[in-house]
Amino acid sequence: MSMNTQGRPTGVGTASTGASGSALLPDEPLLFEIGDTEHSGVDLPDVEITNGRLGGFERKTKLDLAGLTEPEAMRHYVRLSRLNHSIDSGMYPLGSCTMKHNPRLNEKTARLPGFSDIHPLQPVSTVQGALELMNELSHWLMTLTNTAAVALSPKAGAHGELLGMMAIKAAQDAKGESHRNVVLVPESAHGTNPATAAFLGYTVKPVPAKADGTVDVEAVKTAIAPDVAAIMLTNPNTCGLFEPQVIEIAKAIHDAGAYFYCDGANFNAIMGVVRPGDLGIDAMHINLHKTFSTPHGGGGPGAGPVVLSEALAPFAPVPFVRKGAQGLELVEHVENQALGRVTAFHGQMGMYVRALTYMLSHGADGLAQAAEDAVLNANYVKARLQHLFSVPFPDYPTMHEALFNDSFLKDTGVTTLDFAKALIDEGFHPMTMYFPLVVHGAMLIEPTESESKQTLDRFCDVMAELATEAKSGNAARFTGAPMKAPRRRLDETRAARQPILKWERAAEMPKAAE
Amino acid sequence: MRYLPHSAHERADMLGTIGAANVEALFSAVPNSALKSFTLDLPAHSPEFLVEAHMRALANKNHAAGNGPFFVGAGAYRHHIPATVDHLIQRSEWLTAYTPYQPEISQGTLQMLFEFQTQVAKITGMDVANASLYDGSTGTAEAVLMARRITRKNRVLLSGGLHPHYRDVVKAYLKDDPDLVCLSPSPEGQGDILEQIDGNTAAIVIQTPDFYGHLRNLKAAADAAHAFGALLIVVVTEVVSLGLLEAPGALGADIVVCEGQSIGNALNFGGPYLGLMACKKEYIRQMPGRLCGETVDADGNRGFVLTLSTREQHIRREKATSNICTNSGLCALAFSIHMALLGEAGFVRLARLNHANAIKLADALASVTGVSVLNKTFFNEMTIRTGKPADQVVEALARKGILAGVPASRLLPNDPDVENLIILAATELTTESDIAALTAALSEVLA
Repeated sequence: MSMNTQGRPTGVGTASTGASGSALLPDEPLLFEIGDTEHSGVDLPDVEITNGRLGGFERKTKLDLAGLTEPEAMRHYVRLSRLNHSIDSGMYPLGSCTMKHNPRLNEKTARLPGFSDIHPLQPVSTVQGALELMNELSHWLMTLTNTAAVALSPKAGAHGELLGMMAIKAAQDAKGESHRNVVLVPESAHGTNPATAAFLGYTVKPVPAKADGTVDVEAVKTAIAPDVAAIMLTNPNTCGLFEPQVIEIAKAIHDAGAYFYCDGANFNAIMGVVRPGDLGIDAMHINLHKTFSTPHGGGGPGAGPVVLSEALAPFAPVPFVRKGAQGLELVEHVENQALGRVTAFHGQMGMYVRALTYMLSHGADGLAQAAEDAVLNANYVKARLQHLFSVPFPDYPTMHEALFNDSFLKDTGVTTLDFAKALIDEGFHPMTMYFPLVVHGAMLIEPTESESKQTLDRFCDVMAELATEAKSGNAARFTGAPMKAPRRRLDETRAARQPILKWERAAEMPKAAE
Repeated sequence: MRYLPHSAHERADMLGTIGAANVEALFSAVPNSALKSFTLDLPAHSPEFLVEAHMRALANKNHAAGNGPFFVGAGAYRHHIPATVDHLIQRSEWLTAYTPYQPEISQGTLQMLFEFQTQVAKITGMDVANASLYDGSTGTAEAVLMARRITRKNRVLLSGGLHPHYRDVVKAYLKDDPDLVCLSPSPEGQGDILEQIDGNTAAIVIQTPDFYGHLRNLKAAADAAHAFGALLIVVVTEVVSLGLLEAPGALGADIVVCEGQSIGNALNFGGPYLGLMACKKEYIRQMPGRLCGETVDADGNRGFVLTLSTREQHIRREKATSNICTNSGLCALAFSIHMALLGEAGFVRLARLNHANAIKLADALASVTGVSVLNKTFFNEMTIRTGKPADQVVEALARKGILAGVPASRLLPNDPDVENLIILAATELTTESDIAALTAALSEVLA
């Protein structure tokens, strides 16, 4: 018999009996437990088809798909939404993830029918405004980075990384240097970097960091060999530090005939202040959805345009926009183009609209101010907490995120995870934990520029209070946390060992005696 | 700068706490030659009403699909989106939440993903689905790589009926791989792929309805693939078709990839969309992307978490199943809400309406002099041959305010055989007067 995890048969709503529900935050059953196959929230005529052209491929099996009426759906999704922490409801100091204010003007412009209700394959003559927008966004990205070309189409940061590394591979193949099959990746890199390199068949060779948390140009030089194709460096890096030797690293890589891929996930720390092209990068993806504020939507969609140096510009994929005799043209095919296409259609138009709206609102001056404020906020958090928390790399000012480690918790019986869960009870989303991997017990805090001094002070007060309490021996406050969230600590091991990945209809229960 | 909360006074205070003379001191790690060494030739900040006016002006230069008769498909479809869907996805707690890394305060997103996975598994007829991928095209490339991992074989056959953009994405992902065999497009609908399967084949990829609108026999394809130990990857670009067509899972598919845009998501000039991926349960650990699973909390209450993350890049780094570290969360939410509103009854009715309108369109087109409809079978999309180059015909109709479909040559520019082919789609939004306007204009242009 199929039972749910509370020992109750699935198919029975849990709202009325859920122990953890409270008056304004009730437990919400699954939609399959409240809806059924007869309910529908959409009025559609039921047409008779007498001369169907389905060739005998009609569906014979039932879908068993639950439906909700409109008021039921409204409640279901409103109630569910209230079980989420969001940037609009509280601070989200998640390091390396850039959760900042999402202006609603962006949503308004993205929903203009001239952007949302146009088809990627309708005649190019009917979408000149869309091409103009892509052109304008490209201009902003190339100007802010001082680069020669941009490929807008990647769907997310990791997809941009893939495209950037494909361009590097294509460039090397074109030079007859296909023997280069090694990519250098610093140990502090995002997991996407080694995954991307491996995806393209490269062997990943780690580069160690110095004791101060940055990459040593000498270590790069030692690692360089004739088979090295590229280095993938994140700058500012995942420890929140700007790589001070980045120009020397770029030169060493170029001297060896290799390329410099920069992971631009943290571009929000330097936009308008430092141009990556001036540092010698050959390719860098930009997370529009982080740097330029588009909504995260529970983890996506993103958009990861890649800027390219002159050396790589000829290897940009299709499609791209260029000026032609009849106005703007959309180039969808190039004969013998090395790379081709990395997604159907033209990429994340909805994100382009939001990003450009944000850029125009801030302007060049405002973007630089935003970067400076992001850095100011991170250094402020670091300054306020460094007497209680341990700072692993104190030699440089931090950039947009402050990195601590958990050595202050030694012998308290409280783990970093416990500490993070206690923050939930205080109304904050926890910081990033156990990342970057190069720091044992890392705690990475990214306030971003949209947090006020008042909010930062409250956050720092809470952090300090929790640190003091952990050190004073009150482990129970932490190991039992969270106490006030919609759920207590969830059993992730069980989820992985006995995966339940979809709802199953329960077998008929024997009727209880009435 | 209305998005930045600090006053000058507060900034000075904070610098005082940090012990820095000025904000430049915080950038001391940046080499001097690179720090603010430029003037950006870009505009300064702008008030909301001016930004809005600028964006509106750009939008107004486009012909929105709702402004006239519209028949464009070929992988993206214009369907009605209930007002409730867009209202709900704009609630702050959905819109501005991040990846649910802290499950205790992300149960909304996680439960939604669990429901979404269930819906996708049901409509595809598969055991399990993931929490979405970027789109159908990248999902297809991921499915091909997944099939290679599962079978430990390399040869992959792409049907000629596969959307050419999807084919191009697979080619880019598998750059220069001689084991990737792309069959020629087949506008007349003949299957060509089954005879080419051999013992070295990891997978065959078949789209249905295919790029030209023809329905493909999945059962025959599955049997042929399985006879050689190959997998059948089924691609569906119009997910509404699954309301009327037999589920690929019931016909023997091993992996199903769909473009989910049709349900709950606007055209958006090509993105953001969402990739659906579903497979047999024995392949879960080779599946890319996020998965949400059910578990319990410390009190024994049901809850949801992201799971099986040992497949993913943040744990496995260079040994991960894929470099993907995100999904199309908000698009998946829109899909899931729309699908919940439809339910089985609504989903089937929606599919029937699409098919019924497509039949009217096909019959009307067949009656136009100089037009032949190539399809014997179709769901809501079909291909016609005319006596003139299709791009010129479509452009001439656009000048009359009718967006008449996609010239096949736009996607297959090097194929002379498709020069006169136009692919047209009808949906529930297609009216009889739209069809009448199209056929009248087409008669004029072809005369």
